[in-house]
Amino acid sequence: MRHLLSTRDLTRDDAVAILDVAEDMADVSTREIKKLPALRGKTVVNLFFEDSTRTRISFEAAAKRLSADVINFAAKGSSVSKGESLKDTAQTLAAIGADAVVVRHGASGAPQVLATSGWIDAGVVNAGDGTHEHPTQALLDAFTIRRRFFGTDARGRDLAGLSVVIVGDVIHSRVARSNAWLLTTLGASVRLVAPPTLLPVGVNTWPVTVDYSLDDSLAKPADVVMMLRVQGERMNAAFFPNAREYSRLWGLDDARLAGLGEGTIVMHPGPMNRGLEISSGAADSARSTVLEQVSNGVSVRMAVLYLLLSGEREDLA
Amino acid sequence: MSGSIIVKGARILGAESQDVLVRDGVIAQMGSDISEQGARVIDAAGLVALPGLVDLHTHLREPGFEQSETVLTGSRAAAAGGFTAVHAMANTSPVADTAGVVEQVASLGDAAGYVTVRPVGAVTVGLKGEALAEIGAMARSRAAVRVFSDDGKCVSDALLMRRALEYVKAFDGVIAQHAQEPRLTEGAQMNEGEVSGELGLAGWPAVAEEAIIARDVLLAEHVGSRVHICHLSTAGSVEVVRWAKSRGIAVTAEVTPHHLLLDEQLVRSYDARYKVNPPLRRAEDVEALRAGLADGTIDIVATDHAPHPAEDKDCEWASAAFGMVGLETALSVVQAAVVDTGHLEWTDVARVLSRTPAEIGRLAGYEQGIAVGAPANFTLYDDSVTSILEAGALRGKSSNSPYLSLSLPGRVVGTIHAGYATVLDGELVDEETVREAGGRRG
Amino acid sequence: MPERTVLQQADIARALTRISHEILESNRGADGLVLLGIPTRGVVLARRIAALTGEFSGSAIPAGSLDVTMYRDDLSRGRVRTPSPTEIPPGGIDGAVVVLVDDVLYSGRTIRAALDALGDIGRPRAVRLATLVDRGHRELPIRPDFVGKNLPSSQHERINVRLTETDGAEFVSIEGGEAA
Repeated sequence: MRHLLSTRDLTRDDAVAILDVAEDMADVSTREIKKLPALRGKTVVNLFFEDSTRTRISFEAAAKRLSADVINFAAKGSSVSKGESLKDTAQTLAAIGADAVVVRHGASGAPQVLATSGWIDAGVVNAGDGTHEHPTQALLDAFTIRRRFFGTDARGRDLAGLSVVIVGDVIHSRVARSNAWLLTTLGASVRLVAPPTLLPVGVNTWPVTVDYSLDDSLAKPADVVMMLRVQGERMNAAFFPNAREYSRLWGLDDARLAGLGEGTIVMHPGPMNRGLEISSGAADSARSTVLEQVSNGVSVRMAVLYLLLSGEREDLA
Repeated sequence: MSGSIIVKGARILGAESQDVLVRDGVIAQMGSDISEQGARVIDAAGLVALPGLVDLHTHLREPGFEQSETVLTGSRAAAAGGFTAVHAMANTSPVADTAGVVEQVASLGDAAGYVTVRPVGAVTVGLKGEALAEIGAMARSRAAVRVFSDDGKCVSDALLMRRALEYVKAFDGVIAQHAQEPRLTEGAQMNEGEVSGELGLAGWPAVAEEAIIARDVLLAEHVGSRVHICHLSTAGSVEVVRWAKSRGIAVTAEVTPHHLLLDEQLVRSYDARYKVNPPLRRAEDVEALRAGLADGTIDIVATDHAPHPAEDKDCEWASAAFGMVGLETALSVVQAAVVDTGHLEWTDVARVLSRTPAEIGRLAGYEQGIAVGAPANFTLYDDSVTSILEAGALRGKSSNSPYLSLSLPGRVVGTIHAGYATVLDGELVDEETVREAGGRRG
Repeated sequence: MPERTVLQQADIARALTRISHEILESNRGADGLVLLGIPTRGVVLARRIAALTGEFSGSAIPAGSLDVTMYRDDLSRGRVRTPSPTEIPPGGIDGAVVVLVDDVLYSGRTIRAALDALGDIGRPRAVRLATLVDRGHRELPIRPDFVGKNLPSSQHERINVRLTETDGAEFVSIEGGEAA
């Protein structure tokens, strides 16, 4: 793997292979010594143009458990906020000798520009770009689903036969996009549920079905209900009237939680707005995988960094 | 030294070969085996002769953005593309909203001499969309402005647009509208549709363009004015203009070469060279634009040549500037998109790239095309070659072309402006020679 | 390139039987032993040896697998290596005598990686090494305790080990020959 920019480019076999390596990495996380020497001597730069402590520390833990050297480059408070361009930053990192750059950026496509520009030849991992994709989040979600449903029998399997409902601000959600591609590639069926204002034009061409009503959608069987974070500022742009109406129609409240099928799990990429898209009851219930998602995130990111940084770098002539 | 030129054996508008004698800035004689003592002979055997191309939509960037382009460098790019006249858009700094600025731009154009530079005046002060600019003063200035546009911004206020359409009638002017409903396109990055949804780029809906065009053709009908629509980009826009024309509304419309050739799939690369306003649209839109140009719904092709320095394109998509350079490649792209595909003949190319844009801009001397007695503005074009575009072939200051490293047909071999050569053997004539030749004619 | 079979199925069975006896003898029984196979074929061999020791001593030695991929010193070369699971028998390895089992012993680098991997999992009382084939050319100060067959070879040759469970065939062969 040269870069990880999008889950759209992953085949089923690619994705299963990443999840399988992540299983091995997860085993290491249960040991007393949680460290592997695999990436000794490699330098991983966490290049964050947007604040995200959660994602950053997850990648940092992953890189450190593989014995890579980690440099955190937060754009805020650095030369980047003084107008230095992505190009100059990339060239600086190249000069430092970065082997992989984990990039979080507010602009959709910035990781792809970094990967294809020729400014730097490091492997690029998209850690969330604008409203485009967040591939490692989708991989950790797939990993979490696979573990929950198949347990120790998970290795080698995809998600065929499982149904996943993704609820909320799809249009602005990189998590929803990455999951829509990845989970369907892995054989799951995906239903998106949102007010029409929060669905992108052209969603009819995605490999998913769409519901406007959460209650109608939850009346059908679902193995996974994934709630997306809703940002308060959307209210001001007339995407929906107010938080109360959103929560009433599209929030996972205690009543909807109680109506879920027996084995249905509840996921959230975090950080949660308790009381808006998800009630505390739902977030803290036994169905909730929120904390598993966090710990699985480290295993999946270890797998991605390992696959990106080991082996000979393919020359892209 | 005689200023006479004999062009030998060019295919006039792609038809039969003739010789053309240029003397004293006009076409003195056409026929076979013309000779004249002391005349410079240009061998044009096999080349297509087209009337000098007229661009109704060029950004020359001067004053204010000389790092991107100047009147001189943009004029050179134009001549290299076969143009003999360009209309310089008003979004400079200061904005071309006073007689002073438009006269400055016109005189810089005269001094350079490569093409006739016709300034476009702003519709509103500072392009702010609040108060009418001094349209009368610009019309009556030495620059004799006839086209007014806030291009880059839409005159979105309906009342202001109505007044502007009415007011320019006093000066035989026309409003060239940049049709973009501002609220529907806040933060917009690319055509709204399947691809924008996937790429997570804020969508630019077709309706934001079509709604303004619909409103403005109705306003033009109501007040009995002519209106020109810049850079149509959607199938719906073509439909609206077709409907308006069928009602007899005095609307003219333009399309850019890039909207005739490129579509939104290119944005998947996030390569900011494809970032342009209006955005690249769907393949269906490209087809509708070609058909609209072929059936006369769309009147002209205009380049929207929009130079930007490398740093404004060598970055993430959202931070990049909108626009592409297009003067040098316009004729090649038109050949690829509508001539080689059978939509247009060379006579149509002469209409959409010379006679009609001149007519809309009230630029005299292009009515007859290549004819005895007409001012000698024409270009010699080799439609038989194909080459890969390299940055070195771009003659302006900026190289933000979407066609770099693509294969394009055709090459401008010679350009004659007001009777003197600005391009010979495919190379620009040097600045001093052109300036002197222009000065003599001036 | 010519391929020459050097061990048939019966030879492999005999070698494993002998190794099993030697392991039990050197330890004076099965107590405190743990067999850890190195993927892929070392795991198969460890399981077979465990079964044989069960037959011979009445109590089978616990067997598991030890993946060394992450500890290799050549991860930056060649293709990306996919790790395999590590499965440590329930009793763990602390205080045990661990017998590492691999199919071919060559440079010794895999065993060096295995010793590092082992150190991150626990603290065995002792570590021994069993290998089906020792082909020589050691690059590290490592030697086997139990060997099925010493097979002097040229570095230009390839040793192929095929086992029923992983390959559907059972033999050891040498391929290649003259220096390239």
